[in-house]
Amino acid sequence: MSVDAATVRRIAHLARIAVSEDEVPHLQGELNAMLDFVEQLSEVNVEGVEPMTSVTPMQMKKRQDVVDDGGIADQIVANAPATEGHFFLVPKVVE
Amino acid sequence: MTDLTSLMLAEARKGLAAKTFTSLELTDAHLSAIEKARMLNAFVMETPEQARSMAREADARIARGDGGPLAGIPLGIKDLFATKGVRTTACSKILGNFVPTYESTVTSQLWRDGAVMLGKLNNDEFAMGSANETSCFGPVGNPWRREGSNTTLVPGGSSGGSASAVAALLCMGATATDTGGSIRQPAAFTATVGIKPTYGRCSRWGIVAFASSLDQAGPIARSVRDAAMLLRSMAGHDPKDTTSVDIAVPDYEAAIGKSVKGMKIGIPKEYRLDGMPAEIEKLWSAGADWLKAAGAELVEVSLPHTKYALPAYYIVAPAEASSNLARYDGVRYGLREQAKNVTELYENTRARGFGAEVRRRVMIGTYVLSAGYYDAYYLRAQKVRTLIKKDFEDCFARGVNAILTPATPSAAFGIGEKGGADPVEMYLNDIFTVTVNMAGLPGIAVPAGMDAQGLPLGLQLIGRPFEEETLFSLGEVIEQAAGRFTPARWW
Repeated sequence: MSVDAATVRRIAHLARIAVSEDEVPHLQGELNAMLDFVEQLSEVNVEGVEPMTSVTPMQMKKRQDVVDDGGIADQIVANAPATEGHFFLVPKVVE
Repeated sequence: MTDLTSLMLAEARKGLAAKTFTSLELTDAHLSAIEKARMLNAFVMETPEQARSMAREADARIARGDGGPLAGIPLGIKDLFATKGVRTTACSKILGNFVPTYESTVTSQLWRDGAVMLGKLNNDEFAMGSANETSCFGPVGNPWRREGSNTTLVPGGSSGGSASAVAALLCMGATATDTGGSIRQPAAFTATVGIKPTYGRCSRWGIVAFASSLDQAGPIARSVRDAAMLLRSMAGHDPKDTTSVDIAVPDYEAAIGKSVKGMKIGIPKEYRLDGMPAEIEKLWSAGADWLKAAGAELVEVSLPHTKYALPAYYIVAPAEASSNLARYDGVRYGLREQAKNVTELYENTRARGFGAEVRRRVMIGTYVLSAGYYDAYYLRAQKVRTLIKKDFEDCFARGVNAILTPATPSAAFGIGEKGGADPVEMYLNDIFTVTVNMAGLPGIAVPAGMDAQGLPLGLQLIGRPFEEETLFSLGEVIEQAAGRFTPARWW
């Protein structure tokens, strides 16, 4: 399988990465080189094989349903580029 | 007094305990070595004041008789580990001047045991790379050069800063992480020892995530014994990482010097690649001979799905990365590009903040997870991963204790020499190491010899899950036989 220019633009949008028109051909070439490389997996017989979900056989750990952290709003916003009080600021979303 | 930077960690520990020198002296010696080696670009942030204050505290602890196992030992920390109050960037522009308000579990355990932080080490951006060329702080120089040449070579990646700093004697050991070979490949390129432990052995909490089902932390060190000492402090159960295992951490150092007599060592025929350089082949059989001379039994084994590990990795790792890196949105931390609306804010921030390799991997990961392609790519890759793991399980079930392979398909190469036209050329560096991450197994790279141009080459040992001790015992046999390799100082 290979991707065309329109698909490259669609993937970029899904990934939320701005891509200019003149970057598209280059990216298309690189993505197709990667897709060519992984194409060899289609020759493996995976009939009846379970997909891996955990590399070490382990039970999903569950924690107690208690509050054991929190009250650190100052720390949470400490690295934010734009804040007001304990809120993150973003451009207006709803008109 | 001999140059304190040339000591092994184990020797430094003895000297500190005997009060031959102080941690402050040992730390100052390394800080001055770092200053003189800035052209290697191994450190992206030096923390001399913090280092001296930690050293003084370690000296006080040693004087009181309660110095921990690493009391007073100066270390470098890969910039992927969150360090409280010290800028942590994963060497990406998108994290900007991110200063964590918390400490990663692995580093906090090193400080608990008395270690001293010298600073933060360079790496490939978000650990995506095999040459340390994708860092936003620029490439790292390998202390090793080809005989009679002034060309600067890459130290490997992604833990290139860690490997370069340890090889150049700028720190006594370093933390590193390994998703497809990022500890073992740079260790092999710099004649240092690097171990990626079993998945779940070290907590991933507070380490910038790349591909969560593959990422593991481990040390890069000057010797097998030093690596064992560091791993003992780094490993252990952490309730904050649900994939960290609740198994007691053994005294890895006790495995050094233990007899390997009767151990069964597998030589996988699929690792004998067409066109493999003769010197790698030679080194591999030398390694087998050394283990045999130590009493191990060599057997040929087959890992039939080996060739599919790298392509499967280039689906699984980018897929997980595209999900993990979704958090870099210009809202909560790091870089923010101005925009008219929130979608443009995300798109512009991520376009400007991520480097080319990261953008490429996030996009391929987004593609393989997108509607209509998930089954053909991601699901198939996860099934292939099951088969890769089963190859190893079958081999271990036949009584094999460990598997011996080359660590890399070549020695270090020049900056800008590989991957310019086709990204896959660079990816092939990890062909011998990536299988181990796909199966979650422990793997160690040990320096084993030199190529014709005077560059170091390493061998890799792959072990059963949670049997790192076996790797330390076998690794030390190789180390003893091969000897130690130190680069001539030119920086």
